[in-house]
Amino acid sequence: MNTSVKKHYASRRARRTVKVTFIYILLAIISVIWLIPFVYLVMQSFAERYVAGAFFPETWSVRGYKLLFTDSVYEFWKWWLNTFAIACVTAVLQTLITLMTSYTLSRLRFKLRKPLMKFMLIIGMFPSFLGMIIIYYMLQLLKIDTSIYSLILIYVAGSAGGYYISKGFFDTIPRSLDEAAMIDGANKNTVFFRIILPLSKPIVVYTLLMAFSGPWGDYMTASYLAKGNSNMWNVAVGLQNLVSKANQEVYFPAFCAGGVLTSIPIIILFFCLQKYYVEGVTGGAVKG
Amino acid sequence: MTTIEYLSMSGPQRTFFKTVDFFRSLPQRIERKGARFPSKLRNFGKKLMGPVNTCVDAAVHGDWRTRLSFLFMGFGQITRHQIIRGVCYFVYEVAFIIYMALFGGKYLKAMPSLGQLGQISIPVDNQSSFINIYYDNSLQILLYSVISIAFILILAYLYFSQLKDSMNLQRAAYIGRRSNEKQTLKNILDRSYAKTLLTIPMIGLFSFTVLPVVIMILIGFTNYNSYHQPPAALIDWVLFENWANLFSTSSSSGDGGIFLYAFGMVLMWTLVWAFFATFSNYFLGMIVAMIINAKGVKLKKLWRTVLVTTIAVPQFISLLLMSKMLASSGGVVNELLKQWGLISANIPWLSDPIIAKVTIILVNTWIGIPYTMLMCTGLLMNIPADLYESAKIDGASPFKTYTKITLPYMLFVTTPYLISQFVGNINNFNVIYLLSGGGPSFVFTGTVPQQVAGVGETDLLITWIYKMTMTNAFNDYGAASILGLMIFVVVAFFSLIVFNNSKSIKNEEDYQ
Repeated sequence: MNTSVKKHYASRRARRTVKVTFIYILLAIISVIWLIPFVYLVMQSFAERYVAGAFFPETWSVRGYKLLFTDSVYEFWKWWLNTFAIACVTAVLQTLITLMTSYTLSRLRFKLRKPLMKFMLIIGMFPSFLGMIIIYYMLQLLKIDTSIYSLILIYVAGSAGGYYISKGFFDTIPRSLDEAAMIDGANKNTVFFRIILPLSKPIVVYTLLMAFSGPWGDYMTASYLAKGNSNMWNVAVGLQNLVSKANQEVYFPAFCAGGVLTSIPIIILFFCLQKYYVEGVTGGAVKG
Repeated sequence: MTTIEYLSMSGPQRTFFKTVDFFRSLPQRIERKGARFPSKLRNFGKKLMGPVNTCVDAAVHGDWRTRLSFLFMGFGQITRHQIIRGVCYFVYEVAFIIYMALFGGKYLKAMPSLGQLGQISIPVDNQSSFINIYYDNSLQILLYSVISIAFILILAYLYFSQLKDSMNLQRAAYIGRRSNEKQTLKNILDRSYAKTLLTIPMIGLFSFTVLPVVIMILIGFTNYNSYHQPPAALIDWVLFENWANLFSTSSSSGDGGIFLYAFGMVLMWTLVWAFFATFSNYFLGMIVAMIINAKGVKLKKLWRTVLVTTIAVPQFISLLLMSKMLASSGGVVNELLKQWGLISANIPWLSDPIIAKVTIILVNTWIGIPYTMLMCTGLLMNIPADLYESAKIDGASPFKTYTKITLPYMLFVTTPYLISQFVGNINNFNVIYLLSGGGPSFVFTGTVPQQVAGVGETDLLITWIYKMTMTNAFNDYGAASILGLMIFVVVAFFSLIVFNNSKSIKNEEDYQ
């Protein structure tokens, strides 16, 4: 080969190497920025006590974790179990309701379909905690205002409004499948459970994942209902109480430890189901 | 003007042409709308008269079974082999009457006054302590009377529909078609499957979302605040007094415009925040996605996973942690910067009005970029590669390629997403409340109205409402619900525009 051509390719390769190296450096910086808070969280959870200027703990200990499980006021295990129970039940029921609603809006035709869709879209935009005082009275009426069932009820009752993404998914499944099944004598119930649902595994998993991780991060509703009743605290309310305590030297490591223990189940789930999650996010955006 | 002429225009010319055309055709369109108006009115009237027509029809043409349905709901169905349906109608009627007689009636009667007597305190032990006896609770009255009204509306609907149904059954029987109970039951899973599936979701939605919203809007017209707080005190209808108090600028009746001023500031910051939060996330996220997608970059999955960690950790943990790290005194960021000698005094990350705003937007990008990155990754791969190749052959720079190919495509596909993000950010409670808690307080001079007490520089409308009702001692639900209503109207307006124009709604059937 001609030397000049060789030179040309060599310089191009060099330029590309420079570009890729630059990108790697950039990505490394980005990764560091994104991971620093979590490293800090894990590190501080093993600190003996909070020292303002130290990123890594000066004395290592598991006192924070111990405090979470032995303290008589801050019964972390109780919050954790509360949240876990709420999340499990909510995940199942909410997924069921969301999928039922979105399937109906996507596949079945009835007179009020479009108005209903618009209505559900905008009613969700009213600042929801304003209604909390009313909901509280309703829960008193049902006599469940002091148990975690009330939280489950609230989460599940509002889930029809989240039909948007799964409806977009159902819209993409060809209608001819339904028609073929109907000709074979299936009714609409069979079509839904036997044909559409098995084909919609990604969106089912996505909805489950979202419904499960929602209660872990809910502060607003939970804090309102748990006013003055620490039996009902979920992790968010409990940890918020912990971190706003005066004695931060002791309690900050405990907060970090609580944060780590709370994040673990969700991180595991996310990484196992990352594929479905990405599909859900992408699909929801394209459909708009 | 022909199409080709229009297409040969430049961008500004087209806009100009469109604007002129809009105004030129305005009279014509109004005229057309006006011409259609009478027929629309007639249709509306017909719809309104539907129930009356049903009644007249049933009274004149109905046989004894249908006529008895006027008194006993479902009678026509029961006597015509639709026993289950008929019994359901009848049970609802009986339940309704019992409910109204025992319970709903008295609350409905109390609705206009919202109760006569709130609480009596009886002194015991020589007036040193009191026993409180509660009588009417205005909120309970409001709640139960709205529920009763809902039951009345349901009854009205069921009443007319059962009459109509009874007439249909009678006519079917007249031409010899006997109705069949089995078929009705089968239809639950087939022809009326939509109703079957939607029943439970709608009950949930209406009782726990719609009902509270309706009552909250009603509360906007009452004087519910810390002086009037059920069950200790009654609340009363004040109609538009709340609006007048909040938005008057005279110092005699209102507060000299301080509320209005605070409202304006908060509204402005809300919009500024929503704008920056949306677009900073969008563009930075897209850039990160493009970097990771770039040719020759290895370990793509690893980089993405690092970012996804942010999504996986519950938001409240990372936000509370961030607010701790950024605390002006004793926060790790300031302390480390001081140790390294980069700064000498603490930087007020979250306690200076301007810096706090910037910090919040930056932290928000930290939270939001991973979402956008995930979303853009898939979309960027959908852009046909030959577009980029031909651009390269034509000698386009990477920047030009981005602005002329990537950006237009992405904007086209994600406009609905962008607007829904904008709307979501207007109501973004978590980031603000957990990070800065509304941030440094406003400083006012003069008498500060209680609704404004505690409102901060970085408060959004939604966190302001939260403070007004939850953390502020004043508990002004009346004013809060007015603000809530205003946010709601604005946000709902934007969302409906998006909804009506979104691709997936317009050509819904194309996908299937």
